[in-house]
Amino acid sequence: MISPDADLLLEIVDLHARVEDQPILKGVNLTIRAGEIHAVMGRNGSGKSTLSKVLAGHPSYTVTAGSVRYRGQDLLELDPEKRARIGLFLGFQYPVEIPGVSNLEFLRVATNARRSELAKEDLDPFAFEDLVRERLEVVQMNPSFLERSVNEGFSGGEKKRNEILQMALLEPVVAILDETDSGLDIDALRIVAGGVNQLATADNATLLITHYQRLLDVITPDYVHVMAAGRILRTGGKELALELEERGYDWVDQELAVLEVA
Amino acid sequence: MVSASTSTTSSAQPMAANAWITEFLERLPAPSGDLEAVQWRGREALARQPLPSRRNEDWRFTDLGSLKALDPALLAQVEATEGTDPAAIPIADSADALPAPAAGTMRLRLDGRHDPLAGQTLPAGLTRLSGEELQQALGHTLARCGCEQHWPVEFNQASASHCLALRVSGSVAETLELVATASGESALLPIRVLLLLEEKASLKVLQVQLGSGSSLSSLVVEMHLGREAEVQHGLLAFGEGEACLLAHLAVEQEIESRFHSVVASRGWALARFEPRITQVEGAAHTDLKAIQVAQDHQLVDGHSRVEFLGPDGSLEQLHKAIVDGHGHSVFDGAVSVPRRAQRTNANQMSRNLLLSDQARIDTKPELEIVADDVRCTHGATVSRLQHDQLFYLQSRGIDAATASRLLKRGFCQEVLVDLPAAAASWQPLQRLLAEV
Repeated sequence: MISPDADLLLEIVDLHARVEDQPILKGVNLTIRAGEIHAVMGRNGSGKSTLSKVLAGHPSYTVTAGSVRYRGQDLLELDPEKRARIGLFLGFQYPVEIPGVSNLEFLRVATNARRSELAKEDLDPFAFEDLVRERLEVVQMNPSFLERSVNEGFSGGEKKRNEILQMALLEPVVAILDETDSGLDIDALRIVAGGVNQLATADNATLLITHYQRLLDVITPDYVHVMAAGRILRTGGKELALELEERGYDWVDQELAVLEVA
Repeated sequence: MVSASTSTTSSAQPMAANAWITEFLERLPAPSGDLEAVQWRGREALARQPLPSRRNEDWRFTDLGSLKALDPALLAQVEATEGTDPAAIPIADSADALPAPAAGTMRLRLDGRHDPLAGQTLPAGLTRLSGEELQQALGHTLARCGCEQHWPVEFNQASASHCLALRVSGSVAETLELVATASGESALLPIRVLLLLEEKASLKVLQVQLGSGSSLSSLVVEMHLGREAEVQHGLLAFGEGEACLLAHLAVEQEIESRFHSVVASRGWALARFEPRITQVEGAAHTDLKAIQVAQDHQLVDGHSRVEFLGPDGSLEQLHKAIVDGHGHSVFDGAVSVPRRAQRTNANQMSRNLLLSDQARIDTKPELEIVADDVRCTHGATVSRLQHDQLFYLQSRGIDAATASRLLKRGFCQEVLVDLPAAAASWQPLQRLLAEV
């Protein structure tokens, strides 16, 4: 939902970043307002996953130029945990397994960390259990996954549901979902996408990072950005995703070649 | 105030290994009681057998300096008394307030000298072995597991004057909890246990070994599991100060028996754990889990051996260590699969968490596989806290300190979940991780 007067949530200006000595992002510009759903598409290696990790504060990536402002605040100077507490959420492409740490306890500690930032009181285990059972319905997840270790032995679809469950508990302002559709069969995709749609409101925003159109059949983006060689090459509406689906990414290469020459 | 101590050994260098054992043997009281013959044999063996040194392959990574620093003359002052009122078992010290036993638990205090069963009523399914049965059975499993002449075993045999020996029949509802606490200056606590499980018998047994001061705890356990018998065994071993522990666990498993063991240890200047399991005809299941923590200058050593003497046996082994400070952890896991042990399925994993640059980890799987139709896996990892796990937690708003605490707890929990339920009252997780 596009509304030009909506609050500015995320403003990325000329962002450059590298991992080790390898430059990956080479001048990303992107502005996200409340109520909007953005999709960033692109080939493997175009830099779209790097963008999501840089925004979340992954320590392996170094920002070499540019700025990111989150609701007017310099995001890049904050620890990853602070970014999460103030409302930035990254749904992982490959959610990490943590043997021995109970999913329920993990979810509770994370939820209370976010709540303390919002000046809400901590939820004790009983109150939290009520909340989590209610939120499980967003992703139609079996409660037995709460008793297990974080993501351990979960199938690909279960891991992604667990990511969206975390999103439902943390109620982020800006949610970045990195390849949330990868590895999902069509039913799981519908459930996960349904969860994302339920959580989208006029006050928050979603940034979908995806390779394929099929996620965008179930979540309708307001903007589609095509990323290549560490930049956003083109921005359009949802029809741009359909065009990509039809024509493939080859034209991106041609456009990129023109750009490199110029 | 000037100390009136007349001790002349306070700053002495640890003495040469042979002089150490000679002095120990000379000062031991004369053999007596049920184990008199065993004591004689143990002492003769020790007199012939020098203290293990790092030239022995089995002790290559294990420096016995902390053991030799104990005063052999004081250690030898174990008194051989028999049949005394169990109430006379001295509570080690006033700080040694033990948690109340969990419901459904039969607690026995062991001190290696008194009879822990005197005045006690054993739960249904447990009976004491007669003197004759004891003489017949004692040492049998040690021999079967090839460790009856190991130095820590001989040391125990030389000094222990009592053995808790029980026959187990049927399914025992209560958990048997065996608690031994050692404290004081160069105090020796030799514990010997023998459990014979009849066909289809099952037992949960929790051993708690606590050590403080400059004490030495010596533990030798033998278990024989008859066909389809099952044992759930836990060993909580928590030391402090200069305390040392040498623990030997020998287990013989008949067909279709199941043996599960969880060892959790922390805080000993020197601790060595040697589980030795023999599946006498294969076709049994063995589950070994351990978590050991070493910090400061502590050394903890897990040396296991599992031998399959017939086909269709299985092993699941997970050995974990956390080392910090100048701590040193050793793991040596031998698995023997001779030709007759076809279709053995053995999985062994050693996972180590290295929290300081000065800490050290030696880990070594030792697979001896001759049979050709087997599935044996092994692996070892040494790592800091995993960055991807830390980042995942931080990306959910959990601060770095809390995240690393959660990860360390998780690391331990994976082992501790399989402890007998009665272990909870000893708070093993808190003991493992306080201030780490």
